[in-house]
Amino acid sequence: MPRRRRSLLAALLTLPLALTACGGGEEYVPDPEALQIYSSQHKNVTEAWAEAFTEETGIKTQVRSGQDSSMGHQIVQEGEASPADVFLTENSPAMTVVERAGLLAEIAPETAAQVADHLVPSSGDWVAIAARSTVLVYNPEEIAEAELPDSLMDLADPAWKGRWGGAPGGADFQAIVAGMLADQGEEATGQWLEALQDNAEIYQNNIATMKAVNAGEVPVGVMYHYYWYRDQAGDRSGSGNTQLHYFGNEDPGAFVSLSAGGVLAGSDRAEEAQQFLAYVTSPEGQQVLADSGSMEYAVGTGVASDPALPPLDSLNAPPVDPFTLNSEQVIALMTDAGVL
Amino acid sequence: MPASSRSRGVTTAAALVAALAVLPLVVVGVQASAGGPGTAIDFLFRPRVGELLVHTGQLIAVTVPATIAVGTLAAWLVERTDLPGAGWWRTLLLAPLAVPAFVSAYAWISLAPAMTGFLGAALVTTLAYFPFVFLPVAALLRVLDGTEEEAARSLGLGPLAATRRTVLPRLRPAISGGALLVALHLLAEFGVLEMMRFQTFTTAIMQQYAVGFSDTAGSLLASVLALLCLLVLTVEVVARGHRRVARVGAGAHRGAESVPLGPWKVPALLSLAVLVALALVVPLVMIARWLLVGTEAVAGEDLLRVALTTVGLALLGGLLTTLLALPGAWLLNRGRSALSLVLERVTFVASALPGVVVALALVTLTVRWARPLYQTVGLLVLAYAILFLPRAMVSLRSGLAAAPPELTEAARSLGARGPEAFVRVVLPQAAPSVLTGFVLVALAIGTELTATLLLAPTGAETLALAFWSASSELDYAAAAPYAAVMVALSVPLTLLLRRQILEER
Repeated sequence: MPRRRRSLLAALLTLPLALTACGGGEEYVPDPEALQIYSSQHKNVTEAWAEAFTEETGIKTQVRSGQDSSMGHQIVQEGEASPADVFLTENSPAMTVVERAGLLAEIAPETAAQVADHLVPSSGDWVAIAARSTVLVYNPEEIAEAELPDSLMDLADPAWKGRWGGAPGGADFQAIVAGMLADQGEEATGQWLEALQDNAEIYQNNIATMKAVNAGEVPVGVMYHYYWYRDQAGDRSGSGNTQLHYFGNEDPGAFVSLSAGGVLAGSDRAEEAQQFLAYVTSPEGQQVLADSGSMEYAVGTGVASDPALPPLDSLNAPPVDPFTLNSEQVIALMTDAGVL
Repeated sequence: MPASSRSRGVTTAAALVAALAVLPLVVVGVQASAGGPGTAIDFLFRPRVGELLVHTGQLIAVTVPATIAVGTLAAWLVERTDLPGAGWWRTLLLAPLAVPAFVSAYAWISLAPAMTGFLGAALVTTLAYFPFVFLPVAALLRVLDGTEEEAARSLGLGPLAATRRTVLPRLRPAISGGALLVALHLLAEFGVLEMMRFQTFTTAIMQQYAVGFSDTAGSLLASVLALLCLLVLTVEVVARGHRRVARVGAGAHRGAESVPLGPWKVPALLSLAVLVALALVVPLVMIARWLLVGTEAVAGEDLLRVALTTVGLALLGGLLTTLLALPGAWLLNRGRSALSLVLERVTFVASALPGVVVALALVTLTVRWARPLYQTVGLLVLAYAILFLPRAMVSLRSGLAAAPPELTEAARSLGARGPEAFVRVVLPQAAPSVLTGFVLVALAIGTELTATLLLAPTGAETLALAFWSASSELDYAAAAPYAAVMVALSVPLTLLLRRQILEER
């Protein structure tokens, strides 16, 4: 064969090895030296925590990103041998899945002491690390404030057909429904979900919902507060035409969801994992969250959330026990209603 | 080493590869039946699954005929008429292959946000997939002997009737092959449909994965999708027919006269221009526009890192796939036996499965029974190999055909041993085709989305993943650089395929 072609072939054969080596190949396998953090929290927040923690303690960390429910079930399937040392979620139901499988270690009492009592389940198996509130985003050009629903439950009315949007495929929305289930019971929630299937415009995620409302595709949308505040703090291109409506009044639409952090019982770095969780809930760790621009609520005692947000205790959330939220039942109800 | 034991070794290797390729199907089947028939019936026989079935069927029923019509007509105009600038049109009509379908969807949705649902999905998939029909039909039209057509004309048929009666029937294998590819791609499509908010089985499986990781429900949906793939494959076998396309005997090949378009010249040029504008210009212009909007949306070093990872994975995957395709291709080349044909078909059927089915199966398999492989680059590359084996196989076969057994035997008689004969005689002859197969696989890997989403190891980010994560947050500016690099990396594909048409003999 011509010499030129032979050297081309040789180059092709060796290139992938060279590339995976210089493209940081070693970072694609769990580093046995590093604390393994499974996280369905926002990537930038998790990474900010991990970097700050490593800087303070010198302990190496590695983050695997995923989605709430998927990652919770992933850890359950991985079982005792899961590579994960720490699990951080966006919403507590994903953590409850792992807790029910008996895979969580009890968190250190010092860590629990860094947040308010009502932010740790009685089992002591995990701790809240952040919080987010349900809101109704609306486009004042499409709907007057006076016409907004009084309750999230009102959206089941046929009058709202085609006039509201949401992302029921996502864990955020499913957590809101879990709150509704705990507050309103199975029958009311099932009916509401059936109405959702008939009435709602389904979007990929919260951001798509917000942008659809902003573009006037639907007058209102159900989502979490922080997407709106993040966009407002930026160029407002996705939310410039919209306002937020807080249901308050202990309505299911005022549900506040806790993000959770837990240490895996099967962790071979249990001490470092506890250290990490202690850091995340500490005043420094919570300040990292408040400064991250994620616009989630800080939950550590003595740390203020971003000043743009209405205070967490002013939201008048429904009295739902976050530790009994049942995402499995939500999935079953959504499957029955034909949403999933 | 005696010849028989050597060929037994190759047969064993080919059988192992075929077994590897059907593995996902087996795992998904086992996992789906884990809950028992009651669970399966309750889950599958409900309105939601009916809705998914209707959506998937609607899309196939509209997009497949649309791509056949557009692809065949365009190929006929380019290859059989006096269309001005035919060479340019040929390239332009293949060029949409360099734009991944989900990038095209991104362009359309950011141009016309209201264009969602069925119409948007059908439009974008038609524009992205018509080259699958155009390519084989153009290649065949180019070599189809013109004498039958002339005979039909001399017997009194007009030009259109002659084409319909003599050319169209002979195009059947090319059209049905192209249509098969379109249908399989539609069954596997995720990115376009998710962006267009049009739910089919593949999007539902991805959603089920998000809800329950590798649970029974996901595998049940995946089994239905696998059955749909088998159905499509069967329909194609029937549609292809058994008609002989080739002429008997060597004889002198004669190209066909080109049909004068006459007054149709302007409308023909206009419709091709509109087609190219919709399929190629819209995506490219929108990418360029978002690139200009967000010049600082993505750091250069991030882009470089992600691009290098993608290229590395593509090359590794290309290498493994080519190696795995070798035994089967070799067997087929050195004598078609019933066994070698079965092995080939099995590999092809398994590879017709959507990426999400293969990925789901591999996750389920490794998390339970092969933990050391779980979340590794190796597993991801293996998934790529299972998905793209046929691409390597087809090219390898034509390459090996260029090095007939007699050459190897001659080399042996001159004292070269097995491996030496292979390296010095077979490889040089087959090298160009091996490279083509390798490049085809690598390019497919470079834009693969669903399997990568499920299997990428911790920390690994590819162009398709980075593009997807930005565009699913509707951050069009941050997605644009990744889209641009994917398109740029796919340009060689178009050039390779164009050469394939030109060299077809």
